Amino acid sequence: MPDLLIELFSEEIPARMQARARADLQKLITDGVVEAGLTYAHAGTFSTPRRLVLAIEGLTANSPTLREERKGPRVDAPEKALDGFLRSTGLSKDQLEIRDDKKGQVYFATIERPGRPATEIVAEVLEHTIRTFPWPKSMRWGAGSLRWVRPLHSILAILSDEAGPTIVPLDIDGIKAGDTTRGHRFMAPDSFTVGGFESYAKQLKAAKVMLDPAERADTIWHDAQQMAFAKGWEVVEDKGLLAEVAGLVEWPVTLMGQIDDEFLDLPPEVLQTSMKEHQKFFSVKNPKTGRIEGFVTVANRETADHGATILAGNQKVLSARLSDAKFFWENDQRMIKTHGLEGMAEGLDAVTFHNKLGSVGDQVRRIEALAREIAPLVGAAPDLAAEAARVAKADLRSEMVYEFPELQGVMGRYYAKSASLDDRVADAVRDHYAPLGPSDAVPSEPVSVAVALAEKIDKLTGFWAIDEKPTGSKDPFALRRAALGVIRLVLENGLRIQLEDVFKKWLPISALGFQKAGYHIVFPVTDEAGVAFGPEADVDDEFDFEKMGAEVGFLKARRLDEVAFNFATVRLRVTSKWATDLLSFFHDRLKVFLKDQGIRHDVIDAVLVMSGSDDLTLVVKRAQALSETLKTEDGANLLQGFKRANNILTQAEDKDGVEYSFGADVKFAETEQEKALFTALDTAEAQITPAMEAEDFAAAMAAMASLRGPIDAFFEAVQINTDSEVIRRNRLNLLSRIRQICLSVADLTKIEG
Amino acid sequence: MANPDAPKTAPKSFQEIILRLMSYWASKGCAVLQPYDMEVGAGTFHPATTLRALGDKPWAAAYVQPSRRPTDGRYGENPNRLQHYYQYQVLIKPSPPDLQELYLGSLAAIGIDLDLHDIRFVEDDWESPTLGAWGLGWEVWCDGMEVSQFTYFQQVGGHDCKPVAGELTYGLERLAMYVLGIDHVMEMPYNDPSAPIALSYADVFRQTEQEYSRWNFDVADTDTLLRHFEDAEAECGRILASDDTDDAGRRIIMAHPAYDQCIKASHLFNLLDARGVISVTERQAYIGRVRTLAKACADAFVRTEAGGAQPDEAVA
Repeated sequence: MPDLLIELFSEEIPARMQARARADLQKLITDGVVEAGLTYAHAGTFSTPRRLVLAIEGLTANSPTLREERKGPRVDAPEKALDGFLRSTGLSKDQLEIRDDKKGQVYFATIERPGRPATEIVAEVLEHTIRTFPWPKSMRWGAGSLRWVRPLHSILAILSDEAGPTIVPLDIDGIKAGDTTRGHRFMAPDSFTVGGFESYAKQLKAAKVMLDPAERADTIWHDAQQMAFAKGWEVVEDKGLLAEVAGLVEWPVTLMGQIDDEFLDLPPEVLQTSMKEHQKFFSVKNPKTGRIEGFVTVANRETADHGATILAGNQKVLSARLSDAKFFWENDQRMIKTHGLEGMAEGLDAVTFHNKLGSVGDQVRRIEALAREIAPLVGAAPDLAAEAARVAKADLRSEMVYEFPELQGVMGRYYAKSASLDDRVADAVRDHYAPLGPSDAVPSEPVSVAVALAEKIDKLTGFWAIDEKPTGSKDPFALRRAALGVIRLVLENGLRIQLEDVFKKWLPISALGFQKAGYHIVFPVTDEAGVAFGPEADVDDEFDFEKMGAEVGFLKARRLDEVAFNFATVRLRVTSKWATDLLSFFHDRLKVFLKDQGIRHDVIDAVLVMSGSDDLTLVVKRAQALSETLKTEDGANLLQGFKRANNILTQAEDKDGVEYSFGADVKFAETEQEKALFTALDTAEAQITPAMEAEDFAAAMAAMASLRGPIDAFFEAVQINTDSEVIRRNRLNLLSRIRQICLSVADLTKIEG
Repeated sequence: MANPDAPKTAPKSFQEIILRLMSYWASKGCAVLQPYDMEVGAGTFHPATTLRALGDKPWAAAYVQPSRRPTDGRYGENPNRLQHYYQYQVLIKPSPPDLQELYLGSLAAIGIDLDLHDIRFVEDDWESPTLGAWGLGWEVWCDGMEVSQFTYFQQVGGHDCKPVAGELTYGLERLAMYVLGIDHVMEMPYNDPSAPIALSYADVFRQTEQEYSRWNFDVADTDTLLRHFEDAEAECGRILASDDTDDAGRRIIMAHPAYDQCIKASHLFNLLDARGVISVTERQAYIGRVRTLAKACADAFVRTEAGGAQPDEAVA
């Protein structure tokens, strides 16, 4: 069976797109040929900056001949019906067969679709693949209309078997498929003919092209480590960078250099970021000093001077970059020395956070006030949390972060230390953005936790207040990530916070920031009067600043005298519905988060209807206990028992138009099983109530699950509907106790199955 | 790789590098143009690029363009940053299939030995919010240093580029410093160092860097600049609102005069920015206003003959 080799040779493909392109190429081609009736044994893809390659082994040479039988009209049917049948089958009348059918004689057609050669199929599938390839961004070039990631120069497409290679007959907008390719752009630019995959890979290697990206990455990593090892150094691992660099070269040549002494005092993050972002260098650490002292760069070629010129050039560029970084670092230090970190933060009033939510300065003042509120809930000193919040974003005004935005927070911590602030404050400055992603670490130091929570909650209430919520795939302000951050901060630190109360209190403040964005209204809320926005003040009511005018005084605006604070013009309608809506957004995120941890969404639904659903730690504790219980045999059977009880009860209630909720009496119990159920319910209830109060959900659920036996036995022995109305009612009231006791633990009606 | 184009000697001065690029691209068939006589932020603003990238008429031009970036002024003290510098710009439409090879030939022509250096094409997509333009391409690295931008224009002024123009932009000072082995731009020989009157970059430009840095940052009158911005904006609109035919019945669409006003507005915006009077929110609005002008100019240009309109369309 033949092997297929396809190489799409183009100008340089962005490194970040290569992995995805390999997968897409393999899927599109293999799906296409399989759909056309071919089969294959194995497929593999490769890429370099200039080529995207697919090799398929053991492709069938032809698609099979397909036979299809179709029933036509009766022999005595009108001529028109027969004509239609002949047209649709493409046969002539004498090719039809007449068979006896129940209804008489009927025409039958046997249509044969002959198999097609693989070359023809591959040509079609390849053309379609090229024309519809899902590049993240594609372009046109020259005078043509074909789109590819960068100009496509040539296509190598051959099917080879024992007899030798056959070129796939394909011509796309003047690019004709052939059996030739080229080697390395500089070291072996000449064209050569290829016979099959094995010779292709060998020929490429001889032409200074290492085809397999994994091999290039291994080579780079191996060589880098060897070089570092020889000097007693260690390369700092960076898999993302390794993959990127491997995608930038066809023939990796690893070179190591030393960073000039004058830059070694820069923070390691600065050295690493500058080298990685600008130069795509690996950092090399000297384990004796613990500092980053060297770098590894990867060239795309060998040279007569063994890379000396290339290394010298790279070294020079690095020195220029690091001179800039050093200049920024020193300027920033000078700024802090003269004005402190709060001085640096002053400029934030001029930076827009969002045009409806004021400046970053406004944002910082809100976070400061909120961090002060949250601090006692997480065990942090309010003053420290407020101080950390006040300077948390100061580094956005530093020259270093202006140049390297990804160092925000990291630089803030260095500058907080330079300003001799408390270590907890410095760490909180660095960590208040955390966690940034699902795998990012969650801070645990209370001051960091307070500021990290405040930053995210303020962001969420702010965007909720201006009605900029995420929709579908659109989440430009990363609010889902912020909510997940809050969830992880709460859960991983075991925090007990009534989030809905916090939202209710904070939404009007964010909304005020929105209304008065142009006026630079500033906070914080003072301790004495902060209660004004408590949940009692605005439950389900519209919040009207006009009426609240006097009380708004607690918004001790620092620059109140500078603003025309005319409440007659500020009409805000904030309702507690906003807080409920935000909480349900949190619940959705929580479901996604817990699903990844193996807890089903219906289990979460069953506990979310219980009180305290804004206390996420409590919700998860409940959900985990319920999830575990349902996995036990007793739990699973109890669920069935509960559902049966609930169904019978609900039907009876619907029919009778009453609610059976009280008055089951053991004296009307007729059977042992019925009496036993009374006893079991009493026992369970006596265990469940205190266990729920103690939040010992495992115990509560175990007690609930223990009802399984008595409930099953009861249903086994007893008919609910009897002639005696008294006994029937008593039994329905007994079922109601089952429902009531189970629902006090979790809403089992939500559980599926 | 053998480079038949490569001269045997290394260039000695900034101007020699410019002259070699000129003669190289002239030898490859480009019309060697002169700088546009207005203040612009980059060579792309020259109508020979912005406007000529539109329409289907073939085009090949190369030129030096003095470029001004007021916010980059450092009083001539920073080794790499200048408020006035030179870009070398090449625009060929349709982009020839061997544009990368042509480009590499130009590096060889200015004395970069392609056998010793590591030249790389690293993804860098280009977008100009002020021109409503974008393209895909690379920044070209020589031993880790960015020496050029290489872009296939896809859209300019909101119009698809059909055919596609290939654009090359060389930052001349940076490239020359690299080729000549100079660490501080002011120390670079401007003409031949053995000339009777040898001039360094500092001799030519240090004083102007100081003068313009002061004016850009401290002295430029922002009210005047703002008024001029609004005047240019208004004039651009007025020009484009004129009838296609003049009083004598000639059909003359004034795309270029209108585009001059767009260039002016763009530069005035840069000056206002350097004076620090544009807030973050206003910034976007100003950029949007310039883009509106650029798009209107592009709309006008594609209705002209140079913009590819057919003569019969022109009559109609």
